[in-house]
Amino acid sequence: MRGRRFCAGARRARRRADEWPGSCRQPGHRAGAGPASVFERLGLDGPLTVFGGRFYWSLFALALAAALLFPLYGSVFAALNFTNFLINVPLALGLALLWGYCGVLSFGQVAFFGIAGYAYGVMAINWGMGSATLLAAFGALGLTAVVAAAFGYFLFYGRVSGWIIPVLTLVLTLVLETFLGQTAGMEWKIGEAPLGGFNGMTNIPSLTVGTVSFDGFSLPLFYLVVILVAGILVGLRMLANSHFGHVIMAIQEDSERTELLGYDIRRYQLLVFTIAGVLAGMSGVLYATWGNFIQPSSVGLLAATFPVLWVAVGGRRSLTSVLIGTLALSALSDALAVYSGELAFVVMGALLLFGMMAAPDGIVITVLRVATKLVSGRRK
Amino acid sequence: MTLLVLEGVRRRFGGIVAADGIDLTLAAGERRCLIGPNGAGKSTVFKLIMGLLRPDAGSIRFDDHEITREEPFRRVQRGLSMKYQTTRIFPSLTVSQNMSIALSRGKEASDLAAWGLDRFGLASLGTRRAGELSYGQQHWLEMCMALGNRPRVVLMDEPTAGMTPEESRRTAAFVRELAGRGIAAIVIEHDMGFVRDLEAPTTVLHQGRVFREGSMAEIEADPEVQRIYLGEVDA
Repeated sequence: MRGRRFCAGARRARRRADEWPGSCRQPGHRAGAGPASVFERLGLDGPLTVFGGRFYWSLFALALAAALLFPLYGSVFAALNFTNFLINVPLALGLALLWGYCGVLSFGQVAFFGIAGYAYGVMAINWGMGSATLLAAFGALGLTAVVAAAFGYFLFYGRVSGWIIPVLTLVLTLVLETFLGQTAGMEWKIGEAPLGGFNGMTNIPSLTVGTVSFDGFSLPLFYLVVILVAGILVGLRMLANSHFGHVIMAIQEDSERTELLGYDIRRYQLLVFTIAGVLAGMSGVLYATWGNFIQPSSVGLLAATFPVLWVAVGGRRSLTSVLIGTLALSALSDALAVYSGELAFVVMGALLLFGMMAAPDGIVITVLRVATKLVSGRRK
Repeated sequence: MTLLVLEGVRRRFGGIVAADGIDLTLAAGERRCLIGPNGAGKSTVFKLIMGLLRPDAGSIRFDDHEITREEPFRRVQRGLSMKYQTTRIFPSLTVSQNMSIALSRGKEASDLAAWGLDRFGLASLGTRRAGELSYGQQHWLEMCMALGNRPRVVLMDEPTAGMTPEESRRTAAFVRELAGRGIAAIVIEHDMGFVRDLEAPTTVLHQGRVFREGSMAEIEADPEVQRIYLGEVDA
């Protein structure tokens, strides 16, 4: 990566000035600008990842342990239901990286969710059950990466920017929904896999590795998703605190300035767009393996709105807040849907409006910041 | 050795001709001031050189390469650099992170930028958020960032805007020292005291054209130049 060679120069400058470590003060980040903590040295904390330090990572470890041990003290049904909510998290975190860090709002991330889900279904049905499904999962993610990169290439190398990008990405997903909705006939079959029209594709084999089946009726998928989500959160935090993360944040803050520092910003935007697409695809594959089906409405307008809501309400510049917001809103809409599907959308819309007016940075991040201040105030 | 050559560069915005056949050359290590009344086309010339605007006609060459149609980042990689009129740093990042983003050409660039940071007393502020620096320090930080690609030509658009006289004096000394390090500079400035401090050949732009060229003493003595600054001549 360009700029990495500066490290040697920076180290020399550090020796000269003794005050050149890579930490800084940031609201919500640890106070004080002393020597870098172990978390900062590992790239887990930094000014571009809100919240951090020993307290944060202790809570993270506790939450991870509580999640992994949940089937021991909670019901298996609740764990399997929770899996459904967790499946949304990679999609939301990808959008947080794209929107919150790189400044590119995609209103059509679910297109990649759908492409990966359908691709997994087609490949898994054709290639058979068992470990071939693992190949299907990677194949679906690979195809999603190619589609995201191709679409992103036209966006960014065409110098499309601003509000045109949300419109174009929304158009992408709506076109996909329309196309998938009219694939009901038997002529819409890829090998042995019928696309299924509005009813969607059914009988998709669950991901299976050896004798372990990651389906929606047993716990292995729950464990897999918990570990994946934790890994993605940690990985994205490290990415955000790397030189690459600083560059994409610079692009968000001032893309022209960043280009005049010698960076081909289109390449960075394309890479982030592709990463976000693959993360959305990961959610799509997990969804297909969880429910053994996927339908066109999963790439429709309402489905496209949810990830934007999760990220906006959570706080797009905080990965942790987005994770919490996604789980909370997924659980809330699930609970409300028992009474009325429409009620869930009305409440979600009201939350977004409230968030935009009362907490423009995001409701979850604002609540967490207040809680952090209260805790640190009590400690003092 | 001539590094930068503009030949007949022309750029129109609707009915307004912002650059009307501008010819300009710059040699390695040379420094030059670009002055003129508001709307003379000075900032447009910088944007044309950096590729932020495409000329309607004419050509721009840098180090014997035709760069008229090149993307801005390619020109930076060739050795052109620019400091904006308003500070364009990344306020949420620290000073060191701003520099880390700016630095890209290994040891020489690091040493050059470290020299700049030392020169302006910023070396000890590496952990400070850039947005917390004083206005003058933010300008200086951006100047140091402009050195991050080890440029051969730096364009500076009103580098002393909003600075105190002492800060302007330090900035002038910095620009003079750049030439000693083989880095050419073109400076747009309205502060005539600063322009005199630079002791550089001066080009006067007016209505998108090169109006006069010469030393600052010659320019100041020219009655036509005095009149265009007062708005009495429609040249």
